[in-house]
Amino acid sequence: MNSKKENSRGEKEFEPKPYSNPYLVGFGLGLILLAAFLVMGRGLGASGAVSTVVAVGVEKIAPEHAAKNNFYSEYLGDGTSNPLKDWLLFEVIGVLVGGFISGALAHRIKRTTEKGPNVSVKTRLIYAFVGGAMMGFASKLARGCTSGLALTGGAVLSLGGWAFMLSVFGGGYAVAYFVRRQWL
Amino acid sequence: MMPYFKFDYFGFDFSLVVAFIIGIGFGFALERGGFGNARILAAQFYFYNMRVLKVMFTSIVTAMLGLFYFTWIGWLDISLVYIGDTYIVPQIIGGLLLGMGFVIGGYCPGTSVVSAATGRTDGMVFIAGIIFGIIVFGEMFPLLEGFYNSTNLGRVTLVDFFGLSQGMLVFLIVLMALGAFAAAEWGERFFAKKNGRGVE
Repeated sequence: MNSKKENSRGEKEFEPKPYSNPYLVGFGLGLILLAAFLVMGRGLGASGAVSTVVAVGVEKIAPEHAAKNNFYSEYLGDGTSNPLKDWLLFEVIGVLVGGFISGALAHRIKRTTEKGPNVSVKTRLIYAFVGGAMMGFASKLARGCTSGLALTGGAVLSLGGWAFMLSVFGGGYAVAYFVRRQWL
Repeated sequence: MMPYFKFDYFGFDFSLVVAFIIGIGFGFALERGGFGNARILAAQFYFYNMRVLKVMFTSIVTAMLGLFYFTWIGWLDISLVYIGDTYIVPQIIGGLLLGMGFVIGGYCPGTSVVSAATGRTDGMVFIAGIIFGIIVFGEMFPLLEGFYNSTNLGRVTLVDFFGLSQGMLVFLIVLMALGAFAAAEWGERFFAKKNGRGVE
């Protein structure tokens, strides 16, 4: 059960444990989402935290430019409170910690790049950046990402949340064939 | 009464502590599910591992049923739970673009944080991409603002849209999720055989 193996230097190291049952994980994630609704009256999110950091960064570099832009100023607030005291930002810091704890307990912390066998690390990282940029842009256009709009909006039966979720799957399946070399 | 925050059981500063704790649970669950690994996430779009669909629909159904029952027994004022307005066209276009970014980049914003936390370079680069994409959006915002605010349907839910009762709609979504799970289990076995690889 406790799977240890020896590496090339003869040191004992733990093998990563397999991922948990997806239905069990989904139930757990559903309870966390429910807790957010019951305690806070709001759901989960992720992209909003990055937007806050970006808006604060732009304001530091070019305050007048940020003030003139309705997108940035929405995240900066009216100046009465620190924009970094943001619910989603604290939640995402928690995600970072929670992900690390789970990974550490299951021996899954590893400096590596996840990719298919037929693609170089460099190509994979270019794809990761391009995909990330598309997602950053798209999550702002749609007013949420997979967590904030699909998951949260899905649970509260929001029409926009469900339309968005189906579109995400549609967009993914539409281009999957063209980038298959990256994964398969 | 719930939601507690809306009934002033605690203040704003403590809500940030709540955010941190809920975030830990969120990140823990995502990592348990294998969502810190881009290969697991991308597999959803090649049908050989349908974890994304299974986890997502199970959590939506769990939270939805919880909200439904807590409202029904009168402990929760659902009108105080935030439901964003629907901007149908920007959200469909944004969804399509985000889905493409998902397969190309291998993560979504939340899962890339978990990926980076567990040491994955591609997750860290993906986050840099998100920052870049948001800056591009921010800089283009004066041009996009009209489209961004178009087709606002207000705080509309599937209950309003289909004109069904809340209970009936919840029941239909549970049925749909069970059907999706059955199809996912079948599809995984079928495509695993076809692609000559096991379900990871």
